[in-house]
Amino acid sequence: MTWILILEQCLNSLQFGLMLFLLVAGLTLIFGIMDLINLAHGSLYMIGAYLVATFAKASDSFLLAVLLGLAATAVIGMVIEALVLRGLYKRDHLSQVLATFGLILIANETTRAIWGVQPLSLNVPQALSGSVELLPGLHYSAFRLAIIVVGLAVAALLYFVVVRTRVGMLVRAGASNRKMATAMGTNIKWLFTAVFGAGAALCALAGAMLGPLLVVQVGMGENILILAFVTVVIGGIGSMRGAFIGALLVGVVDTFGRAFVPTLLRTGLSPSLADAAGPSLAAIAIYLLMVIVLFWKPQGLFPAGS
Amino acid sequence: MLLLLRHGWVVAACLFALAFPPVATWLGQDFYIGVASRVLIWALLASSLNLLVGMGGMVSMGHAAFFGIGAYVVGIVAMDAPQWSGMPIALPLAMLITGALALAIGAICLRTRGVYFIMITLAFAQMLFYIFISLKSYGGDDGMQLAERSPLGGFDMSNDTVFYYLVLAILALSLLILARLRDSRFGRVLLGIKDNEARMASLGYATYRFKLTTFVIAGALGGLAGALMANQNGFISPNMLHWDQSGTTLVMIILGGLGSLWGGLAGATIFIVLEESLSAATPHWQIALGLILLGVVFFAPKGIAGLFARKPR
Repeated sequence: MTWILILEQCLNSLQFGLMLFLLVAGLTLIFGIMDLINLAHGSLYMIGAYLVATFAKASDSFLLAVLLGLAATAVIGMVIEALVLRGLYKRDHLSQVLATFGLILIANETTRAIWGVQPLSLNVPQALSGSVELLPGLHYSAFRLAIIVVGLAVAALLYFVVVRTRVGMLVRAGASNRKMATAMGTNIKWLFTAVFGAGAALCALAGAMLGPLLVVQVGMGENILILAFVTVVIGGIGSMRGAFIGALLVGVVDTFGRAFVPTLLRTGLSPSLADAAGPSLAAIAIYLLMVIVLFWKPQGLFPAGS
Repeated sequence: MLLLLRHGWVVAACLFALAFPPVATWLGQDFYIGVASRVLIWALLASSLNLLVGMGGMVSMGHAAFFGIGAYVVGIVAMDAPQWSGMPIALPLAMLITGALALAIGAICLRTRGVYFIMITLAFAQMLFYIFISLKSYGGDDGMQLAERSPLGGFDMSNDTVFYYLVLAILALSLLILARLRDSRFGRVLLGIKDNEARMASLGYATYRFKLTTFVIAGALGGLAGALMANQNGFISPNMLHWDQSGTTLVMIILGGLGSLWGGLAGATIFIVLEESLSAATPHWQIALGLILLGVVFFAPKGIAGLFARKPR
């Protein structure tokens, strides 16, 4: 019985970690290549989730909605990049923080003006609403399983693009030494718009897949943004491998913390105290993980360019 | 002439601050005295962060840790040791505890720099946030209610005007100390470290100690602001420790002017006045605020204070 519980939490960790990776992949590249702190990355995740929820309601097809939502969010991302962010690359980090904080306010309020204050519901697609018996006694939600499959597929695709293709080579070159890549004739401007569009599409994908599990509401972007930044820093800025491992690590610590810390505490403390402290300690665990990693490796686990 | 102009602004600001409560009372707008006290407390918090970010070049996203702990010191003392709850003990105690906390956090965080420093300071503040959410004996999620403001001698602290003048005096004193600090040898070394740490280290300065000292001073001043805010609101919530507060304070000083003595005050005033007036004008005021922030970044890169300081000296 306990083994099944642990196995189930392993799958949940994997599912959450992979979705986090979708967010972090774009963030770490934007950070690494253009040295841009983009606080509005979480807003793209929110916009993606809202668009997919709206398309799903209009078309009755989850798949179609996801494809449309991805494309639309990518376009929105590239427009924001061309209009605002392009003017920020050469500025210091603090100006970037102020400007992208401004973008968050605009994105949140525009979303509220269009869709209202009520959270939107995004339903699990009919075909995936059941559960699958993976092992005797281990029933697992088909939708969560689909998230894992999609996450692994996208991670593999990203790995292929970044490691095996010419575009990927340019991206890696840009992330490890931007000036040198420009000097060697790479068109960084074009490259970055493309990376930003792809990053926005990945955000929308994460929003679409997590939307049915969490709630589609204004503010969802900021909640996950901090977690995404923690992951970027744990993995090392600009490193795809670091982003992947960091995301899985954060997924495991978060999921297991939430699932088991309250139970463990209950053996030593009174139940009411344990129930109160449990979720907080689980949340603390992630930050503790980051502090420990940065204490030993001040540049994160896999510094880009090493 | 420029010098006179600069001092002219300072004199005008001081006169305005001194005259505010009687004028507000005369206009029958007593409510705004509380708002003004809040602006001054935010200004103190922002000025303490400006010492760290603007002068020391240490961008912290965890300054709310000291703000919140300073507030909790006032609340916990009032609850567990009421004999110490008077201002002359509670406020220095809040500064002492947040200063010690800053020493511990800073000693670890200053091993890293740049973005890693931003994130690790954020991590410590968030950990404290979650710890205080789970501390049910001190209110947990719901926060703590203060029965009354910390007493101070024969003054009637429940009177908003009296409290306003206390906050104003503390802010003025803090700004004076910060100005002296900036012009001292310590301040010059700090500016040198911000410019080029390797150069200062090779000149023989123990840069880590200078940075850690600055971190502690900023933390203690942030704690003082928190202790005052607890008294102003009569309420302490774990949200005072949340990164939202750190982010807002950072936005204030970038808006006001990094490294400028008046940057914190200007930023806090403009931010809160904008928030109050825009939210009264339109329900979608956040769009306007966002556009204003974008405008500041693109058209006033040195913040509002930068618009007044025309030429570098």
